[in-house]
Amino acid sequence: MYDKVLVRFGEVGLKGKNRAFFINSLARNIRRSLKQLGPGYSVSAPYGRLFVDLPPEHDFNAVSAALQKVFGLVSFSPVVRQELDMELIKEAALQELLADGRPATFKVAARRSFKNFPLNSMEINREVGGHLLRNCPGLKVDVHSPQRVVNIEVRPEGAFVFSRVIPGPGGLPVGVTGKGVLLLSGGIDSPVAGWLAMKRGIALEAVYFDTPPFTSPRALNKVERLAGILSRWAPVNLHVVNFTPVQTEIMKHVPEDLTITVMRRFMFRVAEVLARRVGALALITGESVGQVASQTLESMAVINSVVSIPVLRPLAGLDKVEIMDLSRRIETYDTSIEPYQDCCTLFVSPRPKTRPTLAQAEAAEAKLDVGSLVDAAVAGIDSRTIWREEVQS
Amino acid sequence: MRQVYLDNAATTPLYPQVIEAMKTALEQYGNPSSLHHLGAGAEQMLAEARGEIAKLLKVSPGNIIFTSGGTEANNLAIKGTLAGKNRGILITSSIEHPSVLAVFARLEREGWKVLRLPVDGQGVVLLDKLEAALREPTALVSIMAVNNEIGTVQPLQDIVALVRARQPRAVIHVDAVQALGKIELEPARLGVDLMSVSAHKIHGPKGVGALYAARPDTLTPLLDGGGQEGGLRSGTENIPGIVGFGRAVMLTRQELARRTAKVARLRERFVQGLQELPCIVVSPARGVPHIVAVSFPGYRGEILLQALSGKGVYVSTGAACSGKKGNLSHVAEALGLDDETVTGMLRFSFSALNTEEEIDYALAMIRQVLAELAFIRGRRRR
Repeated sequence: MYDKVLVRFGEVGLKGKNRAFFINSLARNIRRSLKQLGPGYSVSAPYGRLFVDLPPEHDFNAVSAALQKVFGLVSFSPVVRQELDMELIKEAALQELLADGRPATFKVAARRSFKNFPLNSMEINREVGGHLLRNCPGLKVDVHSPQRVVNIEVRPEGAFVFSRVIPGPGGLPVGVTGKGVLLLSGGIDSPVAGWLAMKRGIALEAVYFDTPPFTSPRALNKVERLAGILSRWAPVNLHVVNFTPVQTEIMKHVPEDLTITVMRRFMFRVAEVLARRVGALALITGESVGQVASQTLESMAVINSVVSIPVLRPLAGLDKVEIMDLSRRIETYDTSIEPYQDCCTLFVSPRPKTRPTLAQAEAAEAKLDVGSLVDAAVAGIDSRTIWREEVQS
Repeated sequence: MRQVYLDNAATTPLYPQVIEAMKTALEQYGNPSSLHHLGAGAEQMLAEARGEIAKLLKVSPGNIIFTSGGTEANNLAIKGTLAGKNRGILITSSIEHPSVLAVFARLEREGWKVLRLPVDGQGVVLLDKLEAALREPTALVSIMAVNNEIGTVQPLQDIVALVRARQPRAVIHVDAVQALGKIELEPARLGVDLMSVSAHKIHGPKGVGALYAARPDTLTPLLDGGGQEGGLRSGTENIPGIVGFGRAVMLTRQELARRTAKVARLRERFVQGLQELPCIVVSPARGVPHIVAVSFPGYRGEILLQALSGKGVYVSTGAACSGKKGNLSHVAEALGLDDETVTGMLRFSFSALNTEEEIDYALAMIRQVLAELAFIRGRRRR
């Protein structure tokens, strides 16, 4: 059984002055993630390295699965602690070498910080290496580019052996870059956009525009489940806006071919107010360039012009197929393609304007009391936190 | 919030007596196949329930096979009749339930010739088309007694007479899931060979149904196993479900006339109330009283449904669709309804547990919803 996990972080290390803040955030996120596995896990950061201490009874596969969902974590290695006895150390090294499939080449990298240990680093390397070669016929040493490195650290409190390197999700610890308001629909794109934002350290404040009775309660439930899937990586705050009053006014007064443009402008306005309220610094949308009518550059310009907050579009450069692949990888795809999204195609004009102008949009909104519609929508927001919650359908 | 359940063609609330009877059956957990006392008790309950269903259908208990519901009864009737055969054509209607249509679609893929009879504007099978179809040697005719989306009652007597006159050897199956307890159903007197029924449409539990078979020995089972239900439906019997079914049938039979009259009154009141509203009653006047399909042209059925649901009135879109073109119900298509009528359709279905006050409340809510959503009228997808 393992005693510790050594955690490696990439970009976090590059951030100069902010280093401590980043490491603390990562440590906090790891702690939060391991909490679900029960008590006894602790995270410490001695000498700029990050360790997870494991309780004696643990399921390493579960630990590994939890760590693989913590952004900012580049890779990690399970560590075995052994008594300061060369025979025991050799045995532990052999076990670790074989733990995850047998490599063809290896090297031993010993480090002796406990100077009273009778062997020095070179001697440890030689002894352990010889033991491994004797026990694995055909195995070869390669000091330049080995398939596996068996690390042995000799310290006063024991010898620490580790070899497996398990990749993490990369990115930045969620929260370090701030909060962002994700416009979450039931479709394929927006959950992927949210995931990419989270990967860059943004904590998600997801907003869903609900339009009962035009859309069914099942559409809302689907969005809750999508937020639930995203929350496997980090907590997601879900804000549900009752958008029906706005929608109704739009349908009464706005020409059909501008409906989608005006609708998006209202969503952006509401999202910006929400962002200010929760302290978010950007909006995040699932838009890709040129994919549908509302996503032409002309449309984006007209829609974007109602807000001053930055709008991140993580999918801007991706093709539909790439988005779908990502969606499958993060396991939102099967939920996204459930049929509830478009159960009401009423709002989408058969021929929306693909190149609306600002003047047209503003004229279309002339009859609407934009300010009070937005205020009312914001006032009615229903918020909750979703964290590792598998929302049931 | 007040709740008014007008979706009784989808399923019905259980009678309290049914729940009580089922509780007792759950507590007495015996297996009817066991030889001891507990087993005998279960066997007794099974026999009583079978007797109830036989009494309602006026047939012998030996002709009743319990199944997991209407779908299984339909599958057993059709596949069980045709297993090992390959001669003759199959005749059905174009407005059957999916559990019949899908079976025929499979049989068609397996090489059978299937004729789907067209219907008139009321949903009634065109008898001259049936007559024409019967010129070919026919293995099986399957026609539903009552349509689930608009409530049309098929002229079963005429249909049986025609089939018997032209193709005396054809097997006749009737899917009577929507008809049980709603119209008079006497398969033996009617002269049909097979009839499917289900418990949860008459205030019984889900997951249990039955097939009446005039000649059970001519059927091939879908499931092989311990030989329960005369070898036609292996698997330990769903005693609590069957007991609930039996009790629901008993209650249905006891007050059949009163309940039928009450539902007819409710329908009358509802249709009266609709007259002031911008809508068309799609269901035929001579259909079953408990199903009323109504279209609100210019509106979309699924939006009205959600809006009514928000006010506690639960209905179904029935023949309307989920909204996408090309997804229109096969029934709407067979009836030849125009897009606008179909898009605006809702199905209201009653039971004797509904009250006149509930009908009034539903009408008031419909009026309110129509007014609230009036701005959508005329703003439709083309």
